[in-house]
Amino acid sequence: MINDPHYRRRYVISGIAVVVVLVYITRLFFLQIIDQSTKDQADNNALVRQTIYPSRGLIYDRNGELLVFNQPIYEITMTMREMGKDWDTTAFCNCLKISRSEFDERLAEIKDRRKNRGYSRWTPQVFMSQLKKEDIATLQEELFLFPGIKIQKRTLRDYTYNAAEHVLGSVGEVNQNDIDRDPYYTRGDYSGRDGLERTYEKQLRGEKGVEVLMRDVRGRIQGSYQNGELDRTAVAGTDLYVTLDIRLQLLAEELLAGKIGSAVAIEPKTGEILALASNPGWNPKKLVGKERSKNYNALLHDPTKPLMNRATQAMYPPGSTFKTIQSLVCLEQGAITPNTLYPCSGPGSTPIKCTHHHGSPVALDRAIEQSCNPYFWCAFRDLLQKDGKERDIHKPYEKWREAVMSFGLGHRFDDTDLSEQSAGSIPSTKLYDKFYGKTGWKAITIRSLSIGQGEILVTPLQLANQAATIANDGYYISPHLNKNDSMRILTPDGERLLHRHNLDIKKRHFEVVKEGMSRVMVYGTGRHYAVDSLHMAGKTGTVQNPHGRDHAIFIGFAPVEDPQIAVAVVVENAGFGATWACPIATMMIEQYLTGEVKRKDLRNRIGSAILNEGVKNW
Amino acid sequence: MLYSMRASRTGNIWQHVDWLTIGMFVLLAVFGWLNIYGASYTFDQTSIFDFSNRAGKQFTWMMGSLFIGMVLLLIDYKTYDVLAYLAYGAMLLLLLATPFLAHDIKGSMSWISLGPVSLQPAEFAKCIVALAVAKYMGRYEYKIRTWRDLIVPFALIGVPALIIMILQKETGSALVFTAFLLVFYRQGMSGYVLWMGVAAVALFIISIRFGAVSVPLGTGSVGILTCMLLLTAVEIYFICKEHWMRYQALILVGSVVLIYSIFLIINIWIPMPFDWISMGIVMALVVYSIIIGIYWRKLMLVLVALFTLFCIGYTHACDFVFQKVLQPHQRIRIEVLLGMKEDPAGAGYNVNQARIAIGSGRFFGKGYLNGTQTKLQFVPEQDTDFIFCTVGEEWGFVGSIGVLLLYLSFILRLIFIAERQRNVSTRIYAYAVASIFLFHLTINVGMVLGLLPVIGIPLPFFSYGGSSLWGFTMLLFILLRLDAARMEQLN
Repeated sequence: MINDPHYRRRYVISGIAVVVVLVYITRLFFLQIIDQSTKDQADNNALVRQTIYPSRGLIYDRNGELLVFNQPIYEITMTMREMGKDWDTTAFCNCLKISRSEFDERLAEIKDRRKNRGYSRWTPQVFMSQLKKEDIATLQEELFLFPGIKIQKRTLRDYTYNAAEHVLGSVGEVNQNDIDRDPYYTRGDYSGRDGLERTYEKQLRGEKGVEVLMRDVRGRIQGSYQNGELDRTAVAGTDLYVTLDIRLQLLAEELLAGKIGSAVAIEPKTGEILALASNPGWNPKKLVGKERSKNYNALLHDPTKPLMNRATQAMYPPGSTFKTIQSLVCLEQGAITPNTLYPCSGPGSTPIKCTHHHGSPVALDRAIEQSCNPYFWCAFRDLLQKDGKERDIHKPYEKWREAVMSFGLGHRFDDTDLSEQSAGSIPSTKLYDKFYGKTGWKAITIRSLSIGQGEILVTPLQLANQAATIANDGYYISPHLNKNDSMRILTPDGERLLHRHNLDIKKRHFEVVKEGMSRVMVYGTGRHYAVDSLHMAGKTGTVQNPHGRDHAIFIGFAPVEDPQIAVAVVVENAGFGATWACPIATMMIEQYLTGEVKRKDLRNRIGSAILNEGVKNW
Repeated sequence: MLYSMRASRTGNIWQHVDWLTIGMFVLLAVFGWLNIYGASYTFDQTSIFDFSNRAGKQFTWMMGSLFIGMVLLLIDYKTYDVLAYLAYGAMLLLLLATPFLAHDIKGSMSWISLGPVSLQPAEFAKCIVALAVAKYMGRYEYKIRTWRDLIVPFALIGVPALIIMILQKETGSALVFTAFLLVFYRQGMSGYVLWMGVAAVALFIISIRFGAVSVPLGTGSVGILTCMLLLTAVEIYFICKEHWMRYQALILVGSVVLIYSIFLIINIWIPMPFDWISMGIVMALVVYSIIIGIYWRKLMLVLVALFTLFCIGYTHACDFVFQKVLQPHQRIRIEVLLGMKEDPAGAGYNVNQARIAIGSGRFFGKGYLNGTQTKLQFVPEQDTDFIFCTVGEEWGFVGSIGVLLLYLSFILRLIFIAERQRNVSTRIYAYAVASIFLFHLTINVGMVLGLLPVIGIPLPFFSYGGSSLWGFTMLLFILLRLDAARMEQLN
């Protein structure tokens, strides 16, 4: 515009643009015309980035016993673009002892972009993997004859014991999904697929290193680029110490052999899992290397579901073991006192029969000892309908449910490192409203809950945690597997355990229940398997089950005065809890507290008993 | 009358539109597309039109951008003015919402995914901000008289920039808004602001490179002291016209150099705390300048002294910002650029590989699709932010210069278009467009050539990406529409 006083500034702005472009042209002139060094670096020489794989962290048990380690393997990669016309395929096949047709087949597979999405002629493609040292020895010597071929060293997992496979998990090749999610991975990398290997993947995997090498037109390595300035060494993974006691774990697995079931042991004071066994399982060595996918498939199709970690994923009604919680909640919420008496007419009781024969009426300690069903039905009824009259039970039920869930039931342990868990279920009022309508259900409708049957579902891990909570007089530390202080923090007044969950139940109520549970091991259902030197407390459970024989369940802890171990054992379709689950649990306690099992005959008898013909030894 | 106007508008839009600019736009986009194909050419035998590869997708984006351009040209030019503020408000809301709708892609929260494609709202923000600024500053009564008149324009660019930087963690896209300083400058903002900007960046680099004043001899203290000294001397020389005052200035500088030399010599036997000495001398200078400034009634001298004080504070602030405020990766990029840290495997690797790729292109380049360095394993982001590498490697010095000159002509043409506007607000918009393109060109190519830190912003029309291409298309075609209407606006 004519009157614009800043008219001339257009030249300043245009000038800036011109100057910028001129500066860049000058820079280009220096880079592309004057500077000769880039020619040597790039013209005919290309750089190869060779990945150096770190060794994966080892896994030890709580006593420093090595559980998982690494074995070296090799893989052969080829970069198509570098394989010239005079490439001697026959000689190459001879080196690897493969036939020409196998070679062609594999080559076609690599080039098929539907199977190998990341295929490129420019990048190394895996030709063969998981080879032993002796397989590649010949090729290694004559590698210079085959441009484009590289031998890469990797490691595979190996195991000291055939045990704890569900807990440890396995390592497998990453899929496209993993690669998209985490740029650390490239095709052919390995990562923890399940269990601890997956939970602690970042810690165990370490960090890949890289070596930048120069090569000439024929792909021959000329040496390291810029004296290795660009290289980065691999950082080995960090070792993992787990809370398991491998002796106890081995014993648990031995005793579960031939049965379908699981056993969990926890150190109550710390929440550390001492043993977590699930049967059927597999030999961890089978899910390693070349055999992995074949074996994995077979395991996947086994009708006994060995891949499932029953200790944390299977859900059962808790049966009579639930009476411990029932007692505590009823005491706390004032439905009963330790002196409350209820009558029992044995098998003739209504609406729930009693399966044991004992005097009547009974008080709480005796009721636990004798696992008296009518007692717990009456207590539950009085909790929900305090004065015996009909009224809306939604509120008392929700209050009861909340108290029950505070034992760690009905939800996963979120603040822990157990990757595969089921939540279990403590039915909500919503569920019953849906079933029966808002006013259509009362205490009698849900009577099965009083004795741990019906819609209530728990996992063996939750059962063990429940035993630990009782042993602790009302708190639990979320069960976990890492021994490396991941659950501890330092506070000004010393070390404190994280993830402590306190229950809203008074200590004196626990005394009563503990007394009842000790009586179980002296006079009650567990008396046959008591060990004289050990003061144990426990509760058996026999769970009705629509799919066949009853499940045998046991929870317990010892010594009662200063609990060191809390155990839960579930044996599916075994019959009475006292017959199968109780001996397994007491032997585990004995092993952990005394270092050995003196009851050799019992150990042999239980260990060699086959209750389920379908269980295979994978 | 009304009828005839409309007829002339619809009938003549294709005559009035600036075809030269459109031609340059098409040329740039097509050449960029060819290079994207080149850069991602690792899979043999896929067609350039195949949607499963980057070039194929880019072709789709290009078709879309042509369509968008056509639509924008057919819309009544008044619409852009009328809707400017409304669109601005809507855009702010979208930018605020983006981090909540977005997935985390490489640490930035700026992508909203719509089915198979992702959009980056920040790319479209530039255009809308430009329209709003143009509308505000183009008002008849608006003039930049004092700094107060700039508050609103600065807020208009500052708010979206802050949202993009803080919420979306896209520093590059936020920095683009500094391009508006050129627009403000053209509209009458004092040139000192630009110089202050340049000085601030320069001082930032010096204080980072040489570590403020608290670094011993040989680096920071001497460097900064020398700068200050020269600055003060030159300023006194120019501010004071009288000869006797100039002699005073020379004597002053001389004595400072002398004192410093004495300390240097003593330093041979006894180590001297040079940071404190430099600080002391600078302080003495400041006090001296203030006293003689008052004594001689020269306000400027006092101001210069205060400015020096401010600079000292600023260098410390820079250090703080650098150490505490910047993200680690940003810090590393700057350190690598300034040669303070060798990180050739990380941040330096990209720059180093880019240098090798471009350098290996030599005069005529290796030929289309024959580049070896700009392939998957060497230059990262080779088809987005580092696309210029492919140009350098495959088309050589000739091709690179060609592209740069084409961009230069394009930007100069935009400035030419700007200056031929009679409507102030259109001119402001045109300058905004030109400045944004200039900023992108400067930062992107400067980064690839290793002259500027790695700031991830695309090369307009060249880099792969639908959002950026469409954003730039909107920016350009709205300008072309407004330009085509300049005859109508006369009536």
